[in-house]
Amino acid sequence: MNILVLMKVVPDVVEELEVGSDGKSLDTSFLRTIINERDDHALEQALLLKDKHGGKVTLLTLDAPDIDDVLFTALAKGTDRAVKICGVESVQSTQTAVKLFGDVIAKTPDLLPVDLILTGVSAIDDLDGLMAAPIAHQLGWPYTGVVTHVTLADKTATVIKEFAGGVRGEYDVPTPAVLGIQAAEKPPRYVPVAKVRAAMKSQTIETVDAPAVEAATTVEVQQMAKPQVTGHAEMLEGSAEDVAGKICELLAKRGLL
Amino acid sequence: MAGNIWIVAEAWRGQVSEITFELLALGREVAGQAGVPLEAVLLGSNARELAQKLGAADTVLYADNAALADPVPENAAAALAQLIKERQPAAVLVPLTNLSVDVGVVLAAQLNVPFLNYCKNLKADGGNLTATCVLYGGKMEATVTASAKPAIIGILPGARSVEQGRSDKAAAITDVAVTLAAPKVHFKKYLDPETADVDITQKDFLVAVGRGIQTKDNLELAEDLAASLGGAVCGSRPVIDQGWLGLSRQVGKSGMLVKPKLYVMLGISGAPEHVEGMKSSQCIIAVNTDAAAPIFNVAHYGVVGDALEVAPALTEKIKARKG
Amino acid sequence: MSTATASADKDNGVMTLENLAKFPEGQKVYSCMQCGTCAATCPYGDDLVFPPRAIITMLESGLIEEVFASPGLLNCVTCYACMAKCPRGIKLTEVLLPLVKEQVFTHLKEVPAELQKALENTMRYGNPMGESPRKRALWAKSSPVPVPVISEIKRPVDVLWFVECYPSYHPRGNDGNRATAKLFKALGIDFAILGNEEKCAGECARLLGETGLFEMLTDSNIKLLRKYQFKRIVTGGAHAYDAFKHKYPAAGFDFEVHHTTPFFAQHLAQLKPKLTKKLDYTVTYHDACALGRHNGFYEEPRALLQAIPGVKLVEMAHSGVNSICCGGGGGGMWLDTYYAAKGCERLSERRVKEALDTGANVLAVSCPYEISRFEDALKVQGGEKRMVVRDVVELLAEALEG
Repeated sequence: MNILVLMKVVPDVVEELEVGSDGKSLDTSFLRTIINERDDHALEQALLLKDKHGGKVTLLTLDAPDIDDVLFTALAKGTDRAVKICGVESVQSTQTAVKLFGDVIAKTPDLLPVDLILTGVSAIDDLDGLMAAPIAHQLGWPYTGVVTHVTLADKTATVIKEFAGGVRGEYDVPTPAVLGIQAAEKPPRYVPVAKVRAAMKSQTIETVDAPAVEAATTVEVQQMAKPQVTGHAEMLEGSAEDVAGKICELLAKRGLL
Repeated sequence: MAGNIWIVAEAWRGQVSEITFELLALGREVAGQAGVPLEAVLLGSNARELAQKLGAADTVLYADNAALADPVPENAAAALAQLIKERQPAAVLVPLTNLSVDVGVVLAAQLNVPFLNYCKNLKADGGNLTATCVLYGGKMEATVTASAKPAIIGILPGARSVEQGRSDKAAAITDVAVTLAAPKVHFKKYLDPETADVDITQKDFLVAVGRGIQTKDNLELAEDLAASLGGAVCGSRPVIDQGWLGLSRQVGKSGMLVKPKLYVMLGISGAPEHVEGMKSSQCIIAVNTDAAAPIFNVAHYGVVGDALEVAPALTEKIKARKG
Repeated sequence: MSTATASADKDNGVMTLENLAKFPEGQKVYSCMQCGTCAATCPYGDDLVFPPRAIITMLESGLIEEVFASPGLLNCVTCYACMAKCPRGIKLTEVLLPLVKEQVFTHLKEVPAELQKALENTMRYGNPMGESPRKRALWAKSSPVPVPVISEIKRPVDVLWFVECYPSYHPRGNDGNRATAKLFKALGIDFAILGNEEKCAGECARLLGETGLFEMLTDSNIKLLRKYQFKRIVTGGAHAYDAFKHKYPAAGFDFEVHHTTPFFAQHLAQLKPKLTKKLDYTVTYHDACALGRHNGFYEEPRALLQAIPGVKLVEMAHSGVNSICCGGGGGGMWLDTYYAAKGCERLSERRVKEALDTGANVLAVSCPYEISRFEDALKVQGGEKRMVVRDVVELLAEALEG
């Protein structure tokens, strides 16, 4: 069972985000990127499947600042190959990312065949699409998203997809397939820094040049802004004790106690 | 504007999802601005009675096909693609729920158009559609024009109220036929959550915990507060994923939709996925250390502080008052 | 690279479990007479699968892999108690345990979630809480005394104040910072902080066995410190002090370093006349492991407390070298849930019970972890109305305001 995992980075919202001078994109001067959390789950799901069934896990990413750390960490966790697509300026749209990944998957000789392509079902910067479905479409493979469990058998992946209200659905997906991962069965594993450093010494990151793709999208950002505060909470101030007292008064007034 | 405005109705297990009415309300506005009819598309099998609930639309296009009985996104997308080809709508509004999002993205892929994501508001201005989309977990909003034909647009829950989209008007139903090939993906069954220890949707008082409570041990503080109120504890996705609370306690996108009298939030920053599950609560009090947390735009009352300190203090006060 | 890789390292002067005997301190490990004092003195002795003496047996009999495979050593809070009591003088906590714990950590099948988050945060953001590094010096805005950032004032200073993570981000730690700033000012000390450039000193990662992360932070902090000119470093972080004193030098750190408590004790003659406000407190002092047992600062905090007018100092049943750990060392800070799941008593709770027994109304501490740990434990024990937890610097600063 061989698995290809697609990963991209997104802005880290631990840092305050600011609008850039063009008024329609993020200010990149303080911007830090972090791996899309769901892509990290996709990698974990792939590694869990590898633990169970053997096979190879290949990680494919778009180049980004600090991406090598991410790739070496993945190698230290048990990923067999790490490949980055170089020569891409910060990729602003998911459509462009899809084209880049799709093109590289199709044209790089030894990325395929695989049984599964896993990627996060969505990312916080997915404005003009989600990655997995169009890549599946391009390959002519089946696709299922919002997946939280994957069981592999011969030529079939049995997956669980989340709906709402705690209800989930079970599907059989013939492989090869593309799955959009919502969460891995276990939170992504930890790998000690010493192992990452060892990976840096003993393993290499492969690179492929970014193919020329048209960045044409029919979605155009006119303006970006911090959300306008329509209704802001009435803020209660003071010590924990004071605040508790105020809340208590409020609840009493509303007849909630 | 050339072409009608469509909304894709979501119905499963014999029920029309509430978000369908939210989309009808939004679609009504947009269709009005564009001066075109609003059409709802309902895909299903023996679901005609559900089509009748969609009277807010000028027309309901109802496709009845045995292959549309189960939630199989590629079938739904194929059906929609056929209808779109025949009828050329200007825009197709799709609910951004776990159930429908896959329909939207597969459809967009088939039509080779973008899937405009995280849309919370939409306007038609002359021939153009302008959307407001929520990015970076709610930290930014982008104003976006979508010129694809048709524009496939994923609408976030809560864009309009459910009530606005309900109508007593008899729905004008047009039966439409779709031909569907056997799908690649096979739906096997629904998995219902294990019998819930508590039904949080029935509680008047909920104390919700998020990443901010830091450890499983601190759940006790929330349990104590919930007990003093006579309610229950629920949580946002990270807390559930961590295994600190069971699936039946999850509020939000993949979890429960709750509308309690009081919703106290401890250490929840207010990711849109959580907010959509609790925004209709009658009174929302949020405690978070980050003054810039988006939850303060949703809550009625806010406290910038450590939930681990405020919760026990509040428990004491409530106990004292209740005697 | 790891200092204890299982591969037969060609020494390079680096001690490993394989070449222990080549080093005098390592050789001493084999002098163990199996008296069991280490297990008896260990605060988690009942919960340790392999107390130090059992580790030594396993090492001698070639079964050390079994120790690596057991997560039991996650219960080691590196409190230095076993080392302080070893009749053979074996450097258990300094020499043996770090080598073993590194392997245990590497062999862990699953890192407890809370601990994993803290480690990932430390790696990414330079602090275990996962706060923005750009907000590290935000607390300084609330200081009553101006707190200069060394990169901004662009001149050498006498004291470079290494603030550390909890004091930078935790509200109660911020209280301690404001107190320290006031004390510096009262003493006329020219000081500055590193501001947002500072990163976690990393000692807890090291004590836990996450050696690679510790080395990463060591390199980063040393590189940063070299950019600036100052006479000495003062830190309120007991673990940061311990790391700077004992571990950073191996990586080229050669600065004079002090912990706030002994530092202010050195300035007691100058400080005492300024401590004019009478504080009617009965205080009991908790000896932090890193300051007490590992560095012998038992008298300094007590001298400071006794210099405060009105303060009555009382001792707990276990104090000085016998002090009981708060349970926060060696990663314990992020293992409370893990310990609870294993049914272990929380050390912080055991400790505050002793503190409450003294009848004191203030529990004085010198390590930033202890404030939140003990405040928490007091709540659990229902003692929060009877006793407050204060850093020694907070009490000193309060006494300044005559």
